[in-house]
Amino acid sequence: MLQHEPLQRVLYIDLSRRRFWVDYRPEVFERYIGGVGVATALLHEECPEGTDPLGLDNPIIFAVGPLVGLFPMASKTVAMFKSPHTGNLGESHAGGRSAVSIRMAGYGAIVIKGASNTPVYITVFNDKVQFHDGRGIWGMKSNLAARALREREPGSGMRTIMRIGVGGERLVSYACLNTETYRHFGRLGLGAVFGSKKLKAIIIGGKHSLSVVDKKGYKKSYDEIFKQLLSSPSLKKYHDLGTVLNISHLNKLKALPTRNLQSPFFEEAEKISAEHLAENYLGRRIACTHCPMACIHLAALREPYEDESYFYKTTFTSYDYEPIYALGAMLGISDVRGVLRLLDEVEVLGLDAITTGVVMAWTTEAFQKGLITGKETLGLEPAWGRYQTYIEIVKNIVSQPNRFYKAIAKGVEYASEIYGGKDFALAFGKNEMSGYHTGYGSHLTLLAGSRHSHLDSAGYNFDQNFLGKENLSPEAYAQRIFAEEAYRQILSSLVICFFARGVYGYPTIAHLLKIAGFDLPEGDLKELGEEILREKYRFKLREGFSLDNLRIPKRILETPSPYGELKEDFFKQALIAYKRFFQ
Amino acid sequence: MARLHVVDLERCVGCQLCMFACHRRFGKGGLGKSAIFVRSRGGMSRGFTVIVCRACEDPPCAAVCPVDALQLGKKGGVVLQPQKCIGCGNCKDACTIGAVFWDEDANKPVICIHCGYCTKYCPHGVIALLDKEQVDVTA
Repeated sequence: MLQHEPLQRVLYIDLSRRRFWVDYRPEVFERYIGGVGVATALLHEECPEGTDPLGLDNPIIFAVGPLVGLFPMASKTVAMFKSPHTGNLGESHAGGRSAVSIRMAGYGAIVIKGASNTPVYITVFNDKVQFHDGRGIWGMKSNLAARALREREPGSGMRTIMRIGVGGERLVSYACLNTETYRHFGRLGLGAVFGSKKLKAIIIGGKHSLSVVDKKGYKKSYDEIFKQLLSSPSLKKYHDLGTVLNISHLNKLKALPTRNLQSPFFEEAEKISAEHLAENYLGRRIACTHCPMACIHLAALREPYEDESYFYKTTFTSYDYEPIYALGAMLGISDVRGVLRLLDEVEVLGLDAITTGVVMAWTTEAFQKGLITGKETLGLEPAWGRYQTYIEIVKNIVSQPNRFYKAIAKGVEYASEIYGGKDFALAFGKNEMSGYHTGYGSHLTLLAGSRHSHLDSAGYNFDQNFLGKENLSPEAYAQRIFAEEAYRQILSSLVICFFARGVYGYPTIAHLLKIAGFDLPEGDLKELGEEILREKYRFKLREGFSLDNLRIPKRILETPSPYGELKEDFFKQALIAYKRFFQ
Repeated sequence: MARLHVVDLERCVGCQLCMFACHRRFGKGGLGKSAIFVRSRGGMSRGFTVIVCRACEDPPCAAVCPVDALQLGKKGGVVLQPQKCIGCGNCKDACTIGAVFWDEDANKPVICIHCGYCTKYCPHGVIALLDKEQVDVTA
């Protein structure tokens, strides 16, 4: 590592005592690079066994990596914490301006500990760290709190504004942390951890130069990477139509979970497709800092007020595949204006869109089957496609007026323990499913992945790549899922966006790290990926996770996938094979 | 001699690749000495502003420099003579559009020299290096 490399600086913030300090931790960054590798090491240091996720001792750790600010698409921040949603490993990633802002403020990681008694927000501008009274923005929607902070605090263009909505304040276990309005640390409840600390927002910014080992080599390698990124087909695809193009694609494949996965096909998918959205609603595309792709698509929805003529409002809502799956197909909503309105409500209240959609899909089916009645829903009658009712349910999830809404504010695993309906409670490792019913790979990723996210190892890719060509054995699936998740630990330690993975292979990574002053040969990188994954699993096992007793929701076995009906035994064999990688 | 122009602000996606490019001219990463700046217009839904020297023919920044450290360019704009600059910051205050940036380490202004390096890295056609005759004065 270069001598004055700011990455080695870790900022510690103690909310209880309102103190902060900086430690130099070159050894952690030299060993684990940054991002998820470093955050995992810090989580082991900072999070005692059995910690209450909403208690004082749960740390929030943000980490970035050495290529941030040097190379394009190294633009993610990794957050780690103990999840209030699963009671286990919490890990979530987001882009926006977050990663570059943390690096430009002069840090490789930020650790937030303790809790405040009164609402607070924090600003970090270079070496200046301040605690501010947050009472004036407590109780505000996420977008309005951000607007107030944007105007009050300096650093426009060179800062990140991470903030929670009322969902986080009221400790919904799947509340998200929003950054730059359109990106999210979406999954596993970081918003609730912020809320439990009475921390409404953190603003981070600064301006630094970053030295490299070889100036000429740096410019040359930058140009090569840049050229490759611009000519990559996935870059064009996601720039043009955005990730939501998967709606049509998966629907054609009959792998789009629809109406709580009662069906793998949504007959009205065209109405919520990327093509339809682009043609009628696409208002603007934006990018994360240092990303040429600009995959963030904003829909402009113009709506009249009903109480006064010629009075309109225009709302900009970012749409991606996962929210449109969860709040569209999964709820049987084909009125795309309704989907956007629902999504906007979820956004401003600060909830994870995937989990919220799956929770409401379970609620609808439980209501239809009579497991819950109007007594529980307080008179609301959830039904597929009825987006107005779903908007009311979202509000109730946040305000939690009775026992039922308190239960669904903890997710489907928890709610189905009380009300039944486990067979169609679509959670894996207690985290609600993402939008791929492509086959064994997809669900194995969700079951075995360290954060039970489709992004852990993207088994849905293996399903699609091998469909009609080769039937992988359970062991082969386990092997591929492990290798992919290990590789992704390296990407996430460098905090490179997964969309750029085609360009950032092991040899390229080793070369670029050398330019940045890190000496990690290709072979070591492969081993390191596995080591980081095992370290994450060590945390999970310590906190009570087991691959032996994972619940496999019956619904995924009943509804045919592109591979036909999936067999429970196949999953069990694959999990036994997967377990061997951790012994 | 060509000058840097913001040809279509509405195409800007806010990626800030131009800012990194400007800084990379010196073989360094980061943003500390960038002479071009992109920020949102008060929230990203409203789009972005690109702030960079417009190469004024009669530049206010040069007019207020007490030590003549900003030499006039042949076709507008200025070139900093760092050995003369006393770091007073008058130039920064004089620029109406805020296109005089500040290098905190050196305590001197950073002003675009219209080299056009950044334009090679704008994937969306927001900025371009144009000769005088190529400029659409009505745009």
